Amino acid sequence: MLSSIIFLPLVAGALLAVPAVPDRVARWTWIAVTAAEVVLVGVLIARYETPADGDLAFEERARWIPSVNSSWHVGVDGLSVPLLALTAVVFSACAVYGLREDRRPRQHAALFLALQSTCMGLFAAQDLIVFFVFFDLSIVGMYAAIAGWGHGRDAGRSALQFFLYTFLGSLALLLGFIGLYLAADPHTFDIPELVAAAPLQDHPVAGGFVLAALLLGLAVKTPTIPFHTWLPPAHTDASAIGSAVLAAVLLKMGTYGFVRIAMPAMPDAWRGAAWVVLAVGIASVLYGALVALAQTDVKRMIAYTSINHMGYVVLAVGAAGLLGTGTAARELAVTGAVTQMVSHGLITGALFLLAGVLHDRTGSYAMRDYGGLARSAPVWSGLFAVAAFASLGIPAFSGFIAEFQVFAGSIGTTAWAAIALPGILITAALFLRALQLLVTGLPGGRSIGFSDVRAVEAVPVTGLLLLSLAIGVLPWLLLDLITPASAVLVDLVGR
Amino acid sequence: MEQSPLALLPELCLLGGAVVTLLAGSFLPRQRQWVARLVAVAALLVAGVSAALAFPRDAPLGGVTETVFGAFVLDTATGVTRLVVVAAVLLVIGLGVDELAGQARESETYTLLLLGGLGAIVLAATDDLLTLAVGFLLASIPVYALVGMVRSPGAAEAALKTYLLGALSGILLLLGATVLSGIAGGTAYADLATGLAAAPAAAVAVGALAVLAGLLFEAGGVPLHQWVPDATQGAGTAAAAFLTTVPKLGALVAAARLVDVLPGSLPWPLLVGLLAAATMTLGNLAALAQTDARRLLGWSTVSQVGYLLMPVAVVTSTSAATPALLVYLAGYAVTNLTAFAVLAAVPGARSLTDFRGLARQRPALAAALVISLLSLVGTPPTAVFLGKLTVFTAAWDGGLAWLVVVAAVNTVVSLFYYLRWLVEAFRPGEPAATAGWPHAAAVAGALGVLAVGLGAGLVTALVGDGTLG
Repeated sequence: MLSSIIFLPLVAGALLAVPAVPDRVARWTWIAVTAAEVVLVGVLIARYETPADGDLAFEERARWIPSVNSSWHVGVDGLSVPLLALTAVVFSACAVYGLREDRRPRQHAALFLALQSTCMGLFAAQDLIVFFVFFDLSIVGMYAAIAGWGHGRDAGRSALQFFLYTFLGSLALLLGFIGLYLAADPHTFDIPELVAAAPLQDHPVAGGFVLAALLLGLAVKTPTIPFHTWLPPAHTDASAIGSAVLAAVLLKMGTYGFVRIAMPAMPDAWRGAAWVVLAVGIASVLYGALVALAQTDVKRMIAYTSINHMGYVVLAVGAAGLLGTGTAARELAVTGAVTQMVSHGLITGALFLLAGVLHDRTGSYAMRDYGGLARSAPVWSGLFAVAAFASLGIPAFSGFIAEFQVFAGSIGTTAWAAIALPGILITAALFLRALQLLVTGLPGGRSIGFSDVRAVEAVPVTGLLLLSLAIGVLPWLLLDLITPASAVLVDLVGR
Repeated sequence: MEQSPLALLPELCLLGGAVVTLLAGSFLPRQRQWVARLVAVAALLVAGVSAALAFPRDAPLGGVTETVFGAFVLDTATGVTRLVVVAAVLLVIGLGVDELAGQARESETYTLLLLGGLGAIVLAATDDLLTLAVGFLLASIPVYALVGMVRSPGAAEAALKTYLLGALSGILLLLGATVLSGIAGGTAYADLATGLAAAPAAAVAVGALAVLAGLLFEAGGVPLHQWVPDATQGAGTAAAAFLTTVPKLGALVAAARLVDVLPGSLPWPLLVGLLAAATMTLGNLAALAQTDARRLLGWSTVSQVGYLLMPVAVVTSTSAATPALLVYLAGYAVTNLTAFAVLAAVPGARSLTDFRGLARQRPALAAALVISLLSLVGTPPTAVFLGKLTVFTAAWDGGLAWLVVVAAVNTVVSLFYYLRWLVEAFRPGEPAATAGWPHAAAVAGALGVLAVGLGAGLVTALVGDGTLG
């Protein structure tokens, strides 16, 4: 079941790589496969029953490299199922949006299908080497997506910067994995075994170094301050769906690594580093929001709000490492963090797709070039307004549920987390300012003659926003999945 | 102790094949030199099959391993080296067919390839200083001739440089062997292990470093690496592919065997680790500035020797070192040869910009280039990723965690020049004229790179937990 979900897109992508396939077939195959993935993940969720503490559902295991105790081990729990669903949804939205892509559509579809496999594989991996393989391959795929289909003169340069940064991160991660492997007795790369053994529990110095390597690797991918500098150029020069996938799915790989590997396998070291993580989270929240406020380019602005939103996740996982107060607050923080991963994926994916429409029509992202889009493009303006309000955390959307839990949990653990609260205010200000510049007033500049969104653009965005609304109105749908897993995680960190 | 010469069947096949190829080539008209090629390929195939049959499946781990004539060890390391060398020479012939066919010295080239391969195996398999010296000569003399085979000023200069450095390091190796055997009272490694324990550290250091210098020349490691980029750029593509791959296979296993028996009176892991760090760093930094694809691969191969020296450094301190070395050697060989096969398939392309349009015109070849270069970087799921994973693990386990960090940073540096080449291949440009056989060799090599990476379980099972005999 799980393996077929992971490999279906890859196989389809490989078939599309054959030159004889016509472009039209490639486009519709892409949509069909991503739709099948959504159905498969839906079936998976329908049949999912919360596993016993520390166990996994839909577990599969096959021999791979027995000499280093590494196997093809996949399985899911409440931390990974939401992200698998997010991946399936975002990629199918991108497939629909991608109908409009006329530059080498066959290769484009093949590349994104392969990329989808790496994301699915990463969120299901229960072996460090399998995790690493998918982590690295996602970098290669995203590099090709930015370099091959990005726009702007500097797409190649941004792609290279993205690759170098995240590859450095992945090597740090590999060092950390090797450290964990060597510390375990017997040596193993299996994540559940490592979590059960917590091998570096009584080795503060070695544990500190290994955790530092893991943190560095995951922080680059997330990205948090000060490793975020690759993100704005990568987003600015990537295509609309490249940005959407990068922000909605690939950034989650970093924060997912925290909750899947770093926290449960190294509880002792995590508690030691919790204040540092918390501080980095607060800094990311505030800095990301402030820099986003200063942007004049709408896509760069959304990119910086990603740093701000991912900062909430970092803040929450940092707070989860602070013992002393009740476990309820820390569980709430972790649940909020996972909810935020999903929520940010949906909302930011929609925002980037909407920004892509701007560039598609006029070739400009500069907010000053527009104005009065509400008249010339009412549907676009409506969708953008909804996405902007969802992103700034208005109730009834997923962002509110996530941020509420993050702050309730974190401040419940330490009052210092409240320093990050102004981040919400600044985010609200910057989105309102963007709305004012782009949407309100009389049409001017490039808004004149701006044609409204077409169906292939509106449908995926609407789908993503409706899901965000569904989580906002009926949060228990998602929270019932996550809460048991975050309780287990908080238990493990408290060891 | 087995004295059966039949245990040396793979080596005998290579030797016999070389002689028959040479003789056949002398009597054949120039248009029918392909018969000599067939002879060489047949000899390699028989050698490969006999090496596979003789593979020490049940070799007692760390226990007594069979030797022949007291100087030729038949353990896992020898078995793997034999297989990899044979496969590598076959790939070299495959990628060189179009270049060599109909040339004046076609059959001589095949003879030299077989003899060089034989030399590499002897280097890897011996545990005696005298045989090591013989292996060194057998492995290096064909290289001098191969480099000079192309009649161009660049090749002549490269051949001279290679020869001079080779002669110098050969003398050093003999000097070191003399000193070591003098103080240990024997040339066999078993004698060294016992005899050197109480010997003065300075004498051991001089002797061992001199022998290591010879092996570093053969492998292309710092400080005796200067010939590598020149020879890679000046020689023909097949010769370049050979000299950046096959001699290393023998030299690095030989270095591991030597370091394994050196006494602990000097910090050998640290010394070899420093050599490894210097080699990878220098190779990478020099490769950054290259615009000629062959020269770039020449420097890249220097940097790869640095990673390959990491398990050599920790061979005494962890049992993971030898399997890691063998995995990396196999992965490196198939990857590097694939990259050279791409070069051979586009014979007109010299500088990186000549590869523009490759992705548009020859997607399969471009895919082979992507796979081989990403493998050289160490991206999963390719062959060198498996190599790097095992080598990093072994070095860390052996107490050289700092070297692992240096290697990781170096890997990031190496990305710059590999990606620069890939970016050119994906830019629009003129269609490049391609050749048939190397094209097939490149695709086969790329499949091999993926097979080693994905079939990691099989590969690591083959090298087992083998320690050096």
